[in-house]
Amino acid sequence: MELKIRTILAIRMKIITNIGLYFQMLWVVFSKPEKSKVFRVRLFDEIQQIGINSLPIVALLSTFMGGVIALQTASNMDSPLLPAYTIGYITRSSTILEFSPTIISLILAGKIGSNIASEIGTMRVTEQIDALEIMGVNSLSFLVLPKIMGAVFFFPVLLIFSIGLSLVGGWIAVTSTGLASTETYVFGLRTFFVLSNIGYAVVKSVVFAFVIVSVSSFNGYYTSGGALDVGKSSTQAVVNSSIVILICNFFLTQMILL
Amino acid sequence: MIEIKNLNKSFGDRQILFDINAQFESGKVNLIIGQSGQGKSVLTKCIVGLNEPDTGEVLFDGRNFTQMERVERKDIRQEIGMLFQGSALFDFMNVEDNIRFPLTMFSKMSKKEIQKRVDFCLDRVNLNNRNKLMPSELSGGMKKRVAIARAIATTPKYLFCDEPNSGLDPQTSIVIDNLIREITYELNITTIVITHDMNSVIEIGDTILFIHQGKNWWTGGKAEILKTTNPEILDFVYASSFMKEIKENMQSSK
Ligand SMILES: Nc1ncnc2c1ncn2[C@@H]1O[C@H](COP(=O)(O)OP(=O)(O)OP(=O)(O)O)[C@@H](O)[C@H]1O
Ligand SMILES: [Mg+2]
Repeated sequence: MELKIRTILAIRMKIITNIGLYFQMLWVVFSKPEKSKVFRVRLFDEIQQIGINSLPIVALLSTFMGGVIALQTASNMDSPLLPAYTIGYITRSSTILEFSPTIISLILAGKIGSNIASEIGTMRVTEQIDALEIMGVNSLSFLVLPKIMGAVFFFPVLLIFSIGLSLVGGWIAVTSTGLASTETYVFGLRTFFVLSNIGYAVVKSVVFAFVIVSVSSFNGYYTSGGALDVGKSSTQAVVNSSIVILICNFFLTQMILL
Repeated sequence: MIEIKNLNKSFGDRQILFDINAQFESGKVNLIIGQSGQGKSVLTKCIVGLNEPDTGEVLFDGRNFTQMERVERKDIRQEIGMLFQGSALFDFMNVEDNIRFPLTMFSKMSKKEIQKRVDFCLDRVNLNNRNKLMPSELSGGMKKRVAIARAIATTPKYLFCDEPNSGLDPQTSIVIDNLIREITYELNITTIVITHDMNSVIEIGDTILFIHQGKNWWTGGKAEILKTTNPEILDFVYASSFMKEIKENMQSSK
């Protein structure tokens, strides 16, 4: 019994120290880059790596997601009192409010998060980070800052892209199955449209971008050991960033919508 | 000159280094030797601040490095060149960019001058025309040589080499040893070399620090090390039958 309490206490201590270490890390990350020219090159690299390279998976996922939302909505509309344009309306609302910002971020947490953690973790265990530090380079700022900036900048682009394709996916699904005509679907899309919801989705995506990159970088940077530990960090990065995303999502929804 | 005073270091409950005191002089090749796992790499990492010592001080030409904040340390770090035991090349950059990197980050040279310096350094380690290869395309010894080129690119005031010639053939070893000695004398660098190689000890060891069980067991020059009667050093120096033979020849010729 005592042993159990002690392990629980130990785990809790570890979580608290890690959170402290995480914020300490952010403090160092956001110091001024040594050379703005080198930073710019790194930033464009990261936008390519994190952003552009994620376009295909986001496209695929969003199109199918939109299609499924539309079909689900249609199949649940038994009541003749509900007008057919509800399909478009619901597809749009759920895509913008929840599916595009959150689901896309969760998927990208898997893709980008594991990528970042294993890249930085490998640099740690092969002493490349030590080599940077020895030269006098602030390794955290050099490695992590361009990733964070790139993701924060490009996630809203991915989001808009995802929303667009999701709505297209819904349209393909309803028209090809004959559940609604193009006019009805588009009419639904335009009904009760609130522009600020897009702003809300953008805020979410920016927060999630920050979470994914910073949490995965943290897990990668503080890897110790060898190749095996890099694998562990990379899994841990995906788990941790997904959890933090879900928690942030809950509070953001509460804060902004209510 | 680098001075170490009363340096202790443990990882968890395990103490690795015990009360190390040492001086490494400028313009000389200072060797750290000792068996595997005795704490040589940990000692160098404590000196440059990659591992924080538990107690003790490290002074770079009188500047107390241990007590400095991260930002202050940066100035001294830019005067350090280091060759890591595992090379530690940046694997997302090609050979040339690896060597160029510290120069672009910190020197005020023009692009042209940097390129000249890069080619010069590659030439010094016998790697001309390999500029565009990626680290994954290099052999272990070639990686080592690129890492040396990177370490000397910024003409450091302090040079650390962790086993510069492990994994190199005897000829290249000698080239590297000579290179280290030359630039040390030429530029009056404080050079610290970790090695297992008795050849290097005899070739370039101006001062030698023998680390055993985490303590500085013995200090002296290369002439003294061949005459010492300290049993641990005898074990180390005459471990190979080749060295044993030399010793026997020396004794029989007396
Ligand atoms: N980060 C670390 N955490 C825990 N123990 C460590 C760490 N780094 C080194 N050690 C331990 O410190 C001891 C000394 O290691 P070190 O790498 O300094 O040996 P070495 O003298 O350089 O050996 P070699 O000649 O084989 O390179 C080893 O027993 C090693 O297990
Ligand atoms: Mg070592």
